[in-house]
Amino acid sequence: MALLRRSETVIAGILLLAMVLIGTINPAFWQLDNLFSLMRSNVIIGIMAMGVLLVLISGGIDVSFPAFAVAAMYLTIKGMLALGYNGVVLPLLAATLMGLAFGAVNGFFVYKFRMIPLIVTLGTSAMVRGFLLGVVGTSMININKMPTALIDFGRTDVVSVTKADGTTYGLTAMVLIYLGLALAMHLVLRYTMIGRSAYALGGDPEAARRAGFDLRKTIFFIYCVAGALAGFAGLLHSGMIWLANPRDFVGLELDVIAAVVLGGASIFGGRGSVLGTMLGVFMLVMVKNSLIIMRVDTTWQLVVVGLIVIAATALSAWRDRRRAA
Amino acid sequence: MSDGFIELRNIRKVFAGVVALDAMSLVIKPGEIHCLAGENGSGKSTVIKIMSGVYQPDGGEILIDGKPISAMSPIEAIAHGVQVIYQDFSLFGNLTVAENLAMNVHLGEKRRLMNWRRTRAIAREAVDRLGVELDLDAEVASLPTAGKQLVAIARALMSDARLIIMDEPTTALTRKEVETLFRIVRDIQARGIAILFVSHKMREMLEISERITVIRNGRKVAEGPTGDFDEALITRHMTGGDILNEPYAWIPPPGPPPVPRLEIRGLTVPGKCEDLSLAIRPGEIVGLSGLLGSGRTDLALALFGMVPRYEGEILIDGAPVRLRTTQEAIDAGIAYVPEDRLTEGLFLPQSIKRNMLATSYERLARRLVIDRSQAEEMTQGMVRAMQIATPTAEKPVMQLSGGNQQRVVLARWLLTDARVLILNGPTVGVDVGSKAEIHAKIRELAQHHGLAVLMISDDVLELVQNCNRLVLMHRGRFIEDLPAAAVTEETVSDRLKTFT
Repeated sequence: MALLRRSETVIAGILLLAMVLIGTINPAFWQLDNLFSLMRSNVIIGIMAMGVLLVLISGGIDVSFPAFAVAAMYLTIKGMLALGYNGVVLPLLAATLMGLAFGAVNGFFVYKFRMIPLIVTLGTSAMVRGFLLGVVGTSMININKMPTALIDFGRTDVVSVTKADGTTYGLTAMVLIYLGLALAMHLVLRYTMIGRSAYALGGDPEAARRAGFDLRKTIFFIYCVAGALAGFAGLLHSGMIWLANPRDFVGLELDVIAAVVLGGASIFGGRGSVLGTMLGVFMLVMVKNSLIIMRVDTTWQLVVVGLIVIAATALSAWRDRRRAA
Repeated sequence: MSDGFIELRNIRKVFAGVVALDAMSLVIKPGEIHCLAGENGSGKSTVIKIMSGVYQPDGGEILIDGKPISAMSPIEAIAHGVQVIYQDFSLFGNLTVAENLAMNVHLGEKRRLMNWRRTRAIAREAVDRLGVELDLDAEVASLPTAGKQLVAIARALMSDARLIIMDEPTTALTRKEVETLFRIVRDIQARGIAILFVSHKMREMLEISERITVIRNGRKVAEGPTGDFDEALITRHMTGGDILNEPYAWIPPPGPPPVPRLEIRGLTVPGKCEDLSLAIRPGEIVGLSGLLGSGRTDLALALFGMVPRYEGEILIDGAPVRLRTTQEAIDAGIAYVPEDRLTEGLFLPQSIKRNMLATSYERLARRLVIDRSQAEEMTQGMVRAMQIATPTAEKPVMQLSGGNQQRVVLARWLLTDARVLILNGPTVGVDVGSKAEIHAKIRELAQHHGLAVLMISDDVLELVQNCNRLVLMHRGRFIEDLPAAAVTEETVSDRLKTFT
């Protein structure tokens, strides 16, 4: 009974239902190569969603992470090209740290000036994007110039299958990175005091202050982690698509927030889980993927994502109100 | 004399030039139940904050176990065994009971990791120590107010408390829950823990405490064993004057009985209340009481057009009306002052004027534009008539005291030319002085303006003193209709206790 009441169970049920439905309309859905490609599409959105989840739990919101991701990615690759460096670990570390630094700016304004996170992150997002295009450059870096180490890393597969016609397809190893980060986030949220402080802050900021939580630490931690995850995901993304586009990730914030809310996190803060978020990400990616397979126009995909955000938020608001009553 | 656990001596506290406390002294003896009585704004919460280390005094001394403490931080206050249970309980509604209880222990030990098994063990111990039943895995938000309070008390008891300060602990509780709370308070006392009960409800103070300290305008004005006090004396100390407490008498006019202002015949709200009939004549104040969930609020909402699906008849001055929307109810001359004026009735950041006119704009804007001079005139008149303490009607309502806020709500309804006034908990959270003024105002409205008043309240004393008739409701039905002169607070309270 307790299992039935958990929102993760409900989301998983809806997800399963949607999979059956989509599979009936389009049997190709269940083919292994489609499933592998679906999982591949989960990676970047999923990693970013972990950061957004943390922010939402604390009662905040973050719309700046796509800008941070693209800035960290483009700056790192520009730097690698300028230095002639070809590697994986150091660049990923650099992108992560850049994201973390950007996140710290968010944290500073949210904590110090008690500003509304939406306004802060809208502002930092616009600034970072503007600087990137205005100062660093607007040109895409294509596969012929991309550092080969990143591309090689991004194309690593866990398993690969050869089809009858001789072509091969595989499941990207990046899925493991995503799963590892998700597990880490789960452990942080559930088994560390800093994770619990995010829930406390989202539940009642005044009570959190009185209880003696160090809210400065909590807020900086939250926004830094969200930024760091975005920076990391940004660079990983360019390795996976063999392209560094300084105009990438436009509108991604809506997708990711939709996925997190779909996964049961409350837009009012205080509630949300990693498992739910992963299910939400999968659902969103699957719906978008199916729309593409069914040749639905991209503009209509936007409508669907918008609808999901509103429906999921309305549902969770209704749920939270019922709980409080 | 220094037999106290904690003692405040000549404490002075100034905020931006305003003296909040001056020469304030208070002694709490080990293991006693002490009441700190005072009106809103008398400095009660400043005293709490000084005792719990949130504020540092600007003068005077704090002594613990007879030893002066130089400067006390909240952490040090807790280390000395001082715990505060705030009015809002300071709990995390999104977390479980267990985590709420164990949180402070974890934080106190400066832990980095969360051990769930230990959390449960800590919580189990806390709940056992209090000797109550609480589901440790329940989310706190899903608990009723009394349950949340138990969690807050259990948490306070965990930290080897020697003094627990309770800030207005009975405000949101029903009479039955208050009794449970008192039992727990006496239990805590039996363990040698002192309790400071901060309140403005005199009956409760007299019932629970051993000693009382009364403060007014930041000064101690009286102190002594509870036996030396009675309600009138406390009131006199709190307000600095006597408050008249004559019961309300309604004298029917000579001649044939007047047509009732409000009459309901067989009013039924499916699932809420059944077959209610009642007539209130001009000038009558009828009290309505019953437990929460008895249907009393549903009746009020139906009369205010908020339950379109009601059955039965409603007559205003003998003419049947159909109330499907609040606008229809207002047009029929019904005014409703809701239970929680702060959330339901007022636009707190808006000005007094806008709040007063909120239901009158329709009339003021007959020709599409608002008649500003008329609006100004109406507001000024009302601020004077209701004696609202403000220099200007442009002041935001949230800067007014509770009593003045309540008067703004009353003023709003008077401006709509209401003939029937329904008051739901008219003085909840209002201090004694303002309470008396509001009561006087309500009586005046009934007596001199011929309004019919239906007063719903948990405060039986309030009803007995201000109504000429009392209706008791239980499970959606009227059980009794008594003349107020024939009952006392005790008989009504006892009768209510039989409703379960």
